[in-house]
Amino acid sequence: MTKSDLPATKTPPRRRGLSRRGLLKSGAAAAAASAFPAPMLWAQNIKDVTITHLGQSYSTIPEIEAKANEDLGFTVDMQTAPDPTTHVNRLLTQPKSVHVTDMPNTNLKYFTGRGVLMPVNVSEYKYWDQTLSLFTKGTYPDGTEASKQGMAPIKAQYWADENAQEYSLTPTDYLVGVPLYYNADTLGIRPDLIGRPIESWAELLNPEFSGRVALQDGVSIGVADAAMALEAMGEITYGDKGNMTREEIDKTIDVLTALKREGHFRSFWTNFDQSVQLMASGEVLLQSMWSPAVTEVRTRGIDCTYKGMKEGYRGWYIMMSAMNHLEGLERDCAIEYMNWMNSGWAGAFISRQGFYNSVPENVKPFMTENEWGYWYEGQPATEDILNPYGKVMEKAGVSRDGGSIWERMGNIGIWNTVMDEDRYLVRRWQDFIAA
Amino acid sequence: MLSSQTSPSRATIPPKLASVLQVTPMALVFLALVIVPLGLIFVVSFLDYNFAQVFPELYLETWVDVLTSDLTLALYLKTFKFLVIVWAITAPLGFAIAYFLAFHLRSNWLRTLLVTAIAIPFWTSGPIRMVSWVPLLGREGVVNQTLMGAGLIDEPLGWLMYSEFAVLVAYVQMLTMPMIATALNSMAKIPPSVIQAARDAGASEWQIVRDIIFPLVRPGLAIGTIIVTTAIMGDVVMVKFMGGSQVNTVGMSIITDLNAFMYPPAAAKSILLLIVVLSIVVSLLRFADIRKELRS
Repeated sequence: MTKSDLPATKTPPRRRGLSRRGLLKSGAAAAAASAFPAPMLWAQNIKDVTITHLGQSYSTIPEIEAKANEDLGFTVDMQTAPDPTTHVNRLLTQPKSVHVTDMPNTNLKYFTGRGVLMPVNVSEYKYWDQTLSLFTKGTYPDGTEASKQGMAPIKAQYWADENAQEYSLTPTDYLVGVPLYYNADTLGIRPDLIGRPIESWAELLNPEFSGRVALQDGVSIGVADAAMALEAMGEITYGDKGNMTREEIDKTIDVLTALKREGHFRSFWTNFDQSVQLMASGEVLLQSMWSPAVTEVRTRGIDCTYKGMKEGYRGWYIMMSAMNHLEGLERDCAIEYMNWMNSGWAGAFISRQGFYNSVPENVKPFMTENEWGYWYEGQPATEDILNPYGKVMEKAGVSRDGGSIWERMGNIGIWNTVMDEDRYLVRRWQDFIAA
Repeated sequence: MLSSQTSPSRATIPPKLASVLQVTPMALVFLALVIVPLGLIFVVSFLDYNFAQVFPELYLETWVDVLTSDLTLALYLKTFKFLVIVWAITAPLGFAIAYFLAFHLRSNWLRTLLVTAIAIPFWTSGPIRMVSWVPLLGREGVVNQTLMGAGLIDEPLGWLMYSEFAVLVAYVQMLTMPMIATALNSMAKIPPSVIQAARDAGASEWQIVRDIIFPLVRPGLAIGTIIVTTAIMGDVVMVKFMGGSQVNTVGMSIITDLNAFMYPPAAAKSILLLIVVLSIVVSLLRFADIRKELRS
């Protein structure tokens, strides 16, 4: 389904804040509601509810906002935090300015014992039974246990109880959030400039590419990538490379520091655009990337592949949570919005960017057979593959790098992470950058 | 009416009280928006922390680390290195350009035009200016292509971009302008008659520059130096982009701590930085009377 196939949509006028008319209307509705406490009046009442969704540029997509406003009886106002730090700070310090948020599960280390996030009862979320077992149980579809190195989804999926203070590794009735997007990241490479197959993370630190590789700037992804490489090289043996001990951190930083002094790293990238620019300009031959960034490089006519390495992928996971201050109608609307997010349309939209949705069976009807085959099943495209905005991004005949969802997601070597020794790691990372 | 009775012999407010009343609003604003937050930052720097939380428990390790670690030394050495090199380039450059504009251009119109031309790069936004360095200094950039085309090098020079060199280039490009502006401002105040008198007395151009212009322009250069110092000591944007996030300075290390939600070390480093910058500025102000310089 392309954009033009969709029925012509009109976005309802946006309501922000309270107008006098709005007040009168809700006043009247409230009066009516008390007189006739019938469920049909719900639709009347929610008209004046605005749900503020705080996310980042990758999730607060205007097309999804418009569709939500069209489908739902209340207003959805997406707000974009400029960076992860601002995002988390706003949630922690001004939780009441937000209704729902989506964030990488690595952030959830900052939310234990805070009472900021609302426990979502399993019964309130419509699609929990259709949600992949990777999130509900921490297992792959064949029943085998998924990697727990790093911040695996199951590590912060359930609250231990309704007080929502600690996470539980075993299922409870209280969800930390609704699983949204996830993906398996790997090394993006420039095959035209390398000229030989790249099959192992070890290549990231191979002296052959000295001065032509980049790392993601920061400990949650950059160190995870480096750990994949160091373990693949046999340089360091980790107990859990996603949650290192101090000695493991020291060893890792020491090796990286030596490499940095030799000029091994061309640059560290902080955001999407930088990673695209480094790759497209030829400054860098291989680096860890996000799937849409690889797509972006390719749409510029530059060859860039994104195949899995034999040690597996680096997985990541974004969930959507509601804030704990919500009550009454606002709470109902927030839950309704979270349900809508996974009802298929939005999931199909982000799937066309190369991410996966947690309820694939809802997404399938919103994609063409060709799209479904290409994105989820790893089959060759039978016709051109369009991105969510209708631009051709892959020609017919090509299949997705890495194959089907389970060939990719079923082979996670490490998840993005925030380690228990985060404080020590950040301190040593400072030494590393200063070296 | 009471007012008509008192107005002829209206009790005047004592001058001291008047001064106090005059500064009170600003003092309150300063107290609320500067002193109190600084005090809070100071307190936070002594507290224990983890995972975006600060615990109300005394934790001195942060300060021990900030005051004794090799990291702090490395950060300040790197930052001062940038400062000294950039100053050593921008001060003579700024002085020379300002001298040319002030004393060698007879046309006021042309002078205005050239001063405007200096500012043209600053009409674009900072991020655009920074990204524009890549096509120039990058591996496949203009400089490398030219050098390779001329047969001077066989393969592209990697250190032109994402390096300390790149950071320095960007700093010099950005900070020469304030040096020119402050020097030009001081030069404009030198009466032409003084120069004329020196010339009549047989002074060479070099003697005029050394004995008359330079001493009179020194306050302007001092202010220019203050601008350069505060810009470099506080910079986190240029150094991050041009250095490819591989160069750690005092400012960068604070940002890294903040991005990891580690507030106490960020607070301690900020306070140390504030003390260092204030000391530099205070010592530089001995060379310049700001009030005099601001008077036109």
